[in-house]
Amino acid sequence: MAVMTERTHRQPDVARPAVGLAVDIGLRPPSGLITVRVALRAEGTGAAVHQATGLALPGRRQRSAAGDRAALWMAPDELLICVAAEECPAIIEKLEAALAGTPHLVVDMSDAWSVFRLTGNGAREVLAKGAPVDLHGAAFRPGMVRRTHFSRVDAIICQVGEHPDAFDLFCFRSYARYVSECLARFATPGSLPGILDPQ
Amino acid sequence: MSVHGPHRIGVGGRHIDRGAPLRFTFDGKELRGYRGDTLASALLANGQRLVARSYKLHRPRGVMAAGVEEPNAYFGVGRGAGATPNQRATETLLEDGMEVVSQNRFPNLRRDVGAVNAMLSRLLPAGFYYKTFMFPRAAWHRLYEPLIRRAAGMGRAPREADCDSYEQFHLHTDVLVVGAGPTGLAAARAAAAAGARVLLAEQTPWPGGRLLADGVKVEGVDGADWAAAEAEALARLPGVALRFSTLAAALYDHNYALLYERPGAGAPVRRRLWRVRAGQVVLATGAIERPVVFADNDRPGVMLASAARDYLHRWAVAPGTRAVVYTGNDDAYRTALALDAAGLQVACIVDARPAPDGPLVAAARERGIRVLEASGIVAVHGRRAVRAVEIAPVRASGRPGAPCERVECDLVAVSGGWSPTAHLYCHAGGRLRWDSTRAMFLADPDAPPASVGGVAAVHLAGAAAGAFSTHACLATGAAAGGRAAAGKGADAAMPTVPETDEPEEVAAGSVWMAPGRGRGQLGDRHFVDYQHDVTLADLELAAREGYSSVEHAKRYTTLGMAPDQGKVSNVPGHGILAEITGRQLDSSGTTTIRPPYSGISLGAIAGTQSGAQFRAVRTTPPFAWHVAHGADFEPVGDWRRPYCYPRDNESRAEAVAREISGVRRSVGMIDASTLGKLLVSGPDAGVFLDRVYTSMMSTLRPGRCRYGLMCNDAGFLFDDGVVVRLDESTFLCHTTSGGVGRVHAWLETWLQTEWFDLKVFVVNVTEQWAQVAVAGPRAREVLQPVVEGIDISEEALPPLSMVQGVLEGVPTRVFSISFSGELGYEVAVPAGYGASLWESLLQAGTPHGVVAYGTEALHVMRAEKGYIMIGDETDGTVTPIDLGLGWAVSRKKEDFLGMRGMALPHLAAAGRRQLVGLLTEDARTVIPDGACAVGGADGRQIIGHVTSSYHSPTLGRSIAMALVESGRDRMGSVLEFAVARGSRIRARVVRPAFLEDAAGGGDD
Repeated sequence: MAVMTERTHRQPDVARPAVGLAVDIGLRPPSGLITVRVALRAEGTGAAVHQATGLALPGRRQRSAAGDRAALWMAPDELLICVAAEECPAIIEKLEAALAGTPHLVVDMSDAWSVFRLTGNGAREVLAKGAPVDLHGAAFRPGMVRRTHFSRVDAIICQVGEHPDAFDLFCFRSYARYVSECLARFATPGSLPGILDPQ
Repeated sequence: MSVHGPHRIGVGGRHIDRGAPLRFTFDGKELRGYRGDTLASALLANGQRLVARSYKLHRPRGVMAAGVEEPNAYFGVGRGAGATPNQRATETLLEDGMEVVSQNRFPNLRRDVGAVNAMLSRLLPAGFYYKTFMFPRAAWHRLYEPLIRRAAGMGRAPREADCDSYEQFHLHTDVLVVGAGPTGLAAARAAAAAGARVLLAEQTPWPGGRLLADGVKVEGVDGADWAAAEAEALARLPGVALRFSTLAAALYDHNYALLYERPGAGAPVRRRLWRVRAGQVVLATGAIERPVVFADNDRPGVMLASAARDYLHRWAVAPGTRAVVYTGNDDAYRTALALDAAGLQVACIVDARPAPDGPLVAAARERGIRVLEASGIVAVHGRRAVRAVEIAPVRASGRPGAPCERVECDLVAVSGGWSPTAHLYCHAGGRLRWDSTRAMFLADPDAPPASVGGVAAVHLAGAAAGAFSTHACLATGAAAGGRAAAGKGADAAMPTVPETDEPEEVAAGSVWMAPGRGRGQLGDRHFVDYQHDVTLADLELAAREGYSSVEHAKRYTTLGMAPDQGKVSNVPGHGILAEITGRQLDSSGTTTIRPPYSGISLGAIAGTQSGAQFRAVRTTPPFAWHVAHGADFEPVGDWRRPYCYPRDNESRAEAVAREISGVRRSVGMIDASTLGKLLVSGPDAGVFLDRVYTSMMSTLRPGRCRYGLMCNDAGFLFDDGVVVRLDESTFLCHTTSGGVGRVHAWLETWLQTEWFDLKVFVVNVTEQWAQVAVAGPRAREVLQPVVEGIDISEEALPPLSMVQGVLEGVPTRVFSISFSGELGYEVAVPAGYGASLWESLLQAGTPHGVVAYGTEALHVMRAEKGYIMIGDETDGTVTPIDLGLGWAVSRKKEDFLGMRGMALPHLAAAGRRQLVGLLTEDARTVIPDGACAVGGADGRQIIGHVTSSYHSPTLGRSIAMALVESGRDRMGSVLEFAVARGSRIRARVVRPAFLEDAAGGGDD
């Protein structure tokens, strides 16, 4: 006798962005996020990653992208591969196969992270209220990745577009609710100092 | 156009907008001012000379300064939740409808009961508290301290929660320039020209510094107009940012600076704290004028000479109608000339110097202003405001000579010299040295601030570096800006220093004090620190009693310890102390100068960490369900976990009892998602885990689980959890909910620093998985339908094992582990499916009467079984052996972390505290957690302490665990536990296992 409710995938409950925020802020739909631990400098790593994902190995603190896939540099021996949710299991298999000869660990972390997308001029300043990172336009460019803190929470910041600026802010899922509240507060209309994004 | 206030001059006033009149109230009285007024200028314009009562003696006080250094004019601004005490009038911009109240007076400012203190001033000398309140000893807590506390404090803290909003902002810049006077403007210009990113922070809303009031011409135009144009031009340069109303409060190591911004009225943020990381810092912070210490020098109407002309030029306020200027330098002559030019009377200039000379002195004489040489003010008439002063020659001996002349006046503009503002330089580690020829503390070239990467990174310029003429400010500013931006790429030629037109000044002299006459000779009306009522007599007393070093005198007299931090009083205090003790100032030095430069609000320090965002909070996937079902949450690290789920009018204890009996009778479920989960993988994973756990993990077969303990290298237990071998090379290590970060860092430390030869990767997968524990006799029946497709029969899933599968595309793991002694399972799915899993289990459990239980039920049930909790039974000094967990410490392994520690004599010795169970003689009495067991020869030694204590609903009595000296040898004996008010609780020592196995599930 099966008494199963349907298995449904749900996003964390986050604060609904207020109307009239200075910057457009939204939680990204679920996607495939794969942590790859492998010595990035080791011979063959780049080729293996490319073979499995079509992505080039990103440089230090960089993001490489191809189509809607991306690879984020996390550490000298760690990448975060971002792919569509449905292709995640297949990509994991391909990574396992391609890296078979090298010490490595490939883990599905799709549900571990929540990703907020901040769009609009002013996004830098919303982030600068929480992160001790140089977010000046000359210092933080599209394609850059920083692992940092955001309002005391572990975070990844990554610029994914410009004109207008677009940033992805990754935090662990359990903090998504708190981070969403912080973002809404930081983006209060009229509260941006206008120093990184002249208004 | 109407002129608001009797002391407002009809024309001029650079900052005020006469088209924007504002209303405000002062102690309930309706007054008017203009936009651009500070509270101080508005009060002076309205003829309000008495504005405050001093802290200790309740002396009447008036506005003394025009800037951040003001010692007297502190007010409560606003009311209710928006009320803010201790707002400095000179820094507070007037807003329409502002409600301002004076402080430290009762019932009102004019008639203040506390003023009786002034009559008793001879009974309240420095050190009064230390001497008087020593005896009897017991009276301190009950009598003296509460009384002093009631009398102490300047303003009144609002009772309601602050309704305002604060925030912080991180900024990186190549060059931070502090101060937008001529020096700072020139520095920013030069640094920008050299290609640097520049942040220019100015504490006032206006650029210009002294140019605003000194009448110096720059490039042929009025200095203030030049500064305004230059600031606008700078703001248009790419890479340059200007922030006004932004005070640099602190400069820490590596040029990390805190700036405190006051956005204007109506801004959604009331205060913003800037956390700036600057490559280089230019301090163009100017200088602060020093008052002169003479008898009754604190009467309203005595004002710094520079402030008098600030009010005149910048706010069109006449600070008085008939002035006496008292100085020891040329600069104050500008004030006399400015007052004279504005049509106000200048009765005379009292100059301490025997033969003042120079263009400014000559100009004053030319205007027919009387200059009294080698003289001082020896007495002041008027109580609530100055009415007249007595002037006498001051002899070389320091005694007043004759004749003594009485001069009627309502303004005394004083200048004892100037002190460069080098506070931030000192924050960064720089030291100051007294320059006796120039009578000021200047940077000691032998003790500069810490460099950054071996390169000087903090530069003083302009008046802050002792360069006082506008030309020198512009030149040193540009040079410092260029130095700070060196290496930024652009080789742009240094901007030329703008031309200035200013009279030459004779090197500033200094005058510390003037002798008093008659009663004034005592020195107890010679105020050095206005805010704390520290007088010349206090300093003399301190010196007499041996507190003659500046640091001792400061603490003995409280000189410079008031909210104004002695900006106008410290240097005169040190100067006078040096004179009293016959020392040179260069040998006595300054007291330590610490951040913040000026008080910043606690709200800004808290920033957005208030209200719901007070701290970062972690929630689990079924969080919404917990909330909807009345969960009573408790914090576990950052996590919010349900402590229990009270129904209707249930108390917490009743809810916990119901949840426990539900589990023991039928089945219950708990959200275990917070449990730490580390994936440890690689060919050497087994070897690695053998080294970090006390037990053998490499022999675990895939699909099997084992309870493991982690010790630090000293042998003390610090985390525990179930290890699961997922496959040949991969282990899933569960940790405590609060410990996963610590354990992860611990593992990485060993892998990265000691065992880098091991091929192992560790990933923290805590957040990837939601986990639900199902426990109770009917656990399998509840779980079976939910994981249909995975065989969880006893054969397929014996105790301490794991099965996994993919159900409808969802990876699912089932562990048979129990922390309650009941048949138990834990189910894990990716976090996104966690809420759905929770609901499915509830639905499947409903026919069995499933209960959701919280952490407290979990804790009681584990205690009933005698299972330990990290943090309850451990405190960093406890070994597995102490806890009776020797079975989980391998004797076969060659080595593991903690093995050597546990073998050390002290940890292996007899007599250590060992874990025991306790049953109170009175079954209803629950021993307080932490209660001490007493015993020993005299029955008064502490021989142990309670680590966990509960009422057990299963057993219908209290149970407890304790760590007791040689506990395992005391089975069956009775111990006494000391609790409050001398009473004792008796309990029998038993084995720490109160409930025998119900299902044989948990024990290894």
